[in-house]
Amino acid sequence: MHVVVKLFAQYREGRFKVEERNYAIGTTAQMVIDLLELERVSPLGVLMVNSRHVEPSYCLQEGDVIALFPKVGGG
Amino acid sequence: MADLIYRVNMTNLSFKIEEVPARWLGLGGRGLTSTIVAEEVDPECHPLGPNNKMVFAPGLLSGTSASNSGRNSLGAKSPLTGGIKESNVGGTSAGIFSKLGVKALIIEGLPKDENTFYQLHVTKNNVEFIPVPELVGKDNYAVLDAMMAKYDKKVAVMSIGRIGEMRMNLANVSVKDPGGKLRSHGRGGLGAVMGSKKIKCITVDAADYKEVTIADPDKFKEASKIFTKALQENPISGQGLPAFGTNVLVNILNEAGGLPTHNFRQGNWEHAEEICGETMAENIKARGGKTTHGCHAGCVIQCSQVYNDKEGKFLTSGFEYETIWALGAHLGIQDLDLIAKMDGLMDDLGVDSIETSVALGLAVDAGILAYGDGAKAYEILSHDIPTGTPLGRIFGAGTHILGKAYGLVRVPTVKGQGIPAYEPRAVKGQGITYATTPMGADHTAGYAVATNILNSGGHVDPLKKEGQVELARNLQIASAAVDSTGMCIFVAFAALDDAKCLPALIDMINARFGCALTIDDVMNLGKTILKTEHEFNIKAGFGKADDRLPEFMKYEILPPHNVTWDFTGEEIDEFWNF
Ligand code: SF4
Repeated sequence: MHVVVKLFAQYREGRFKVEERNYAIGTTAQMVIDLLELERVSPLGVLMVNSRHVEPSYCLQEGDVIALFPKVGGG
Repeated sequence: MADLIYRVNMTNLSFKIEEVPARWLGLGGRGLTSTIVAEEVDPECHPLGPNNKMVFAPGLLSGTSASNSGRNSLGAKSPLTGGIKESNVGGTSAGIFSKLGVKALIIEGLPKDENTFYQLHVTKNNVEFIPVPELVGKDNYAVLDAMMAKYDKKVAVMSIGRIGEMRMNLANVSVKDPGGKLRSHGRGGLGAVMGSKKIKCITVDAADYKEVTIADPDKFKEASKIFTKALQENPISGQGLPAFGTNVLVNILNEAGGLPTHNFRQGNWEHAEEICGETMAENIKARGGKTTHGCHAGCVIQCSQVYNDKEGKFLTSGFEYETIWALGAHLGIQDLDLIAKMDGLMDDLGVDSIETSVALGLAVDAGILAYGDGAKAYEILSHDIPTGTPLGRIFGAGTHILGKAYGLVRVPTVKGQGIPAYEPRAVKGQGITYATTPMGADHTAGYAVATNILNSGGHVDPLKKEGQVELARNLQIASAAVDSTGMCIFVAFAALDDAKCLPALIDMINARFGCALTIDDVMNLGKTILKTEHEFNIKAGFGKADDRLPEFMKYEILPPHNVTWDFTGEEIDEFWNF
């Protein structure tokens, strides 16, 4: 299935900003995080799928847009 | 020697020193400015008239070696909102006031002579009143240069530009930072109050520099170490903020559908990538700027930066998300360099970069300029506002009055102050803060974005009503307390996520003053401050109807989540039940 993966802040370094990727049915958000080895860079801060916060156990669907942010803040 | 109150009267250009009354002893920063304004300023007075007062007060820990403790508070009745205002800033003023033993500087009265502007020069046990005709009509950097030529580098400088002289509601009070650039007591038009008092600048002389006294230095050192470690180890304050600045928020709010676009018509913007923190950091690195920079000595987070143009020439520093959002998504300018140039110009002019930019975005609805027309926006900012053309004067009055002047309905203000960079319909906890804070729409009063969007201090669903009132209340109470310590509000990220952080902060206060405050005492202080401010506003004529968001947010559906502002008045009013 096709999923759009968006990376932000430190997660972009040496990776990409946005890519359409192919994952097997049953892939969870956590599996995407693990495959990209994101948490080696910085702990996960915010995970959104289609602009909604979800849990890492979220099971991805065809056409989902997943956005991954390390812990960031401002104000 | 104990800290003292310095009291200046502009009516007869006199000065006196007072002991600190016992009831003010445990207060600093916002707690002290709001208490003094509530005690001494008639809530019904005209903010630009003889009965308003300006109160400067460093935080309880300012001047010590505690990390991030260099914030200075300025309080007064606001000409923008008509209510009480506190605005705090980094820079060099808090540390120097504290080391001089000034607990608060209170400025009252108005000079009889309309034509003379003064420099107030604050030194040990004295304030000099120096007429400065040569500085009239000058903006902040020229004032700063003149003061740097006159004194050694350790003098703190607080000044106004032409906008403040003209007493516009956009005017801020600018403060020299350690790098010789400017920081601002930004919101609420406090520069207009300074202009009304005919004060062009205030210098605080550090010739009699002394360390602030610490009752228990060992305990202080120990707590300070734990506190600093908590800030450095927290991924937000230790990594994200120094790398990308506050502008890291563009992409996250955009993803969450909470980035107000085109004057609050949509919650995301297709050009976010052009102006985001990641792009900003790339530009800074490629052009020889600085991604990390402290707005005051002793900041270990360093969210500020130095942003250069393509030729490597300085454009601005302290380039914040809210300004970038307002000129970007809200007004439609896609050119980050132009936004930086406007930010730098706003520093020099001495205008609130949020209020000014929100007003520029609203001007699209008024038909004054087209969405994305950066050239016209720059012309208004560089010509109309500082020269005080009739159009410039309408802008100078702020977003709310611009909306009235053009007969607009979709005016994003609360209590007359422009709503900053977070869509209340899609970040509902922040909407409750905007509605209820006595300051008028102010994102720093209770930063519910932390918990709604950033998962800091837990998670409360940003699109649902449940838990938002309680969240905003708790955060506003905590923020009022933090604003009294002299701490930068960004210590809150560590405080929300690290159990050692807040106790260490309280230990430092106890060690500094030899007292034994508990977390409950500090939270009670926050509650008292909020209530004091709320009561001032009620006496100034505010009612429940003022604790509301603009009506259009109730009936206009905001994409992409297709949400409205769905709180009833009764639900919002629950905020004050504590
Ligand atoms: S973190 Fe940013 S706002 Fe806070 S004190 Fe440091 S530079 Fe200033």
